[in-house]
Amino acid sequence: MASLRQIFGVFAKIGAFTIGGGYAMIPLIRDELTTRGWISDEELPDIIALAQSAPGVLAVNVSIFTGYRLRGLKGSIAATLGTILPSFVAILLIAMVFRGYADHPVVERVFKGIRPVVVALIAVPVVRMARQMGSGILPWVIAAGTLVLVAFLKVSPIWVLAALAVTGAGVTLYRQRK
Amino acid sequence: MNETLILLQLFGVFFLIGMFTFGGGYAMLSLIQTQVVVAHGWMSESAFTDIVAISQMTPGPIGINCATFCGYTVMQEAGTGHLMGILGSFTATLAISLPSFIIVLLLVKFYTHVKGSPLFEGVMAWIRPAVVGLIAAAAVILALNVSWDGTPLFSHPAFSIVRDNFPDLRSWLLLGAALLASFFLKIKPIALIVAGGILGFLLY
Repeated sequence: MASLRQIFGVFAKIGAFTIGGGYAMIPLIRDELTTRGWISDEELPDIIALAQSAPGVLAVNVSIFTGYRLRGLKGSIAATLGTILPSFVAILLIAMVFRGYADHPVVERVFKGIRPVVVALIAVPVVRMARQMGSGILPWVIAAGTLVLVAFLKVSPIWVLAALAVTGAGVTLYRQRK
Repeated sequence: MNETLILLQLFGVFFLIGMFTFGGGYAMLSLIQTQVVVAHGWMSESAFTDIVAISQMTPGPIGINCATFCGYTVMQEAGTGHLMGILGSFTATLAISLPSFIIVLLLVKFYTHVKGSPLFEGVMAWIRPAVVGLIAAAAVILALNVSWDGTPLFSHPAFSIVRDNFPDLRSWLLLGAALLASFFLKIKPIALIVAGGILGFLLY
């Protein structure tokens, strides 16, 4: 059986070696977890589907679930700490140093070039996700409506998402009753 | 402002973000941005953009990295010392992960019921497209600023470019080049950020 230290160590390795997170982590997760026999190849799609059904970040959700499977609540805490801790320390150190140099002329020039690139990087997945949205007019109305409400009318996305969840539940229950 | 109060606010804000993030890291960035930059005014758009760049380049999930960095920066912007900054990082990171923790553990117990249930699928059918709009909104807010002189929709809007992120023509060209490079040449985000940094150094 996997010890808590082993669980922490494996997830720390996964956390420390994936840059960008999310789907970039899946191949690494598969390598590390299936070779140890902690999960089987058949289980992986189910684990990912479950991780996507819960809110939050994919990598963290996968660690919570796998850790739980291995050693219960303690296992899930060990796995989550493993995923988060290496980057937590790295980011904290960078944040402390960055504040001192943010106004340095060279840093300022470098980031002047980086900022438009970041905006592009955020925009790119939108197109990819929009292509996968499927047919029907409703998804496009929801997507465009959310964009207008959040970007132009300053409505908090949390209200938008909560309202959509309630509407979705209402519509489904209404259809079921009919 | 009182340090403890900001820590409590950080906890509340990041807990909500963790609870409402569907669709992964970029959706989380967009929620963090609307809360930290737009709703609370804890930092500027350009400070947030810098944090996103660093979060992308540092190993680990981008959404969590961004939360950790924001927790530190929010406390520092409030004029506190390093120790409170570290506490801010810790608070934001814990708060953003806690809802996942609770919900995943519940799902483990009830997943067989939830999976494929019409109600769950019905709710997700309305949430998934919103995530696309949400991420689009994040990109728009980093480039375009809309301010209303009263209640939104019932007063006059004023549109302006976010000058810190797009000071001149060069920055729009960089945006265009990055979009093309990512779409057609499939260049990885980190390589694009490094290229942007080098070009920034050379151009400015």
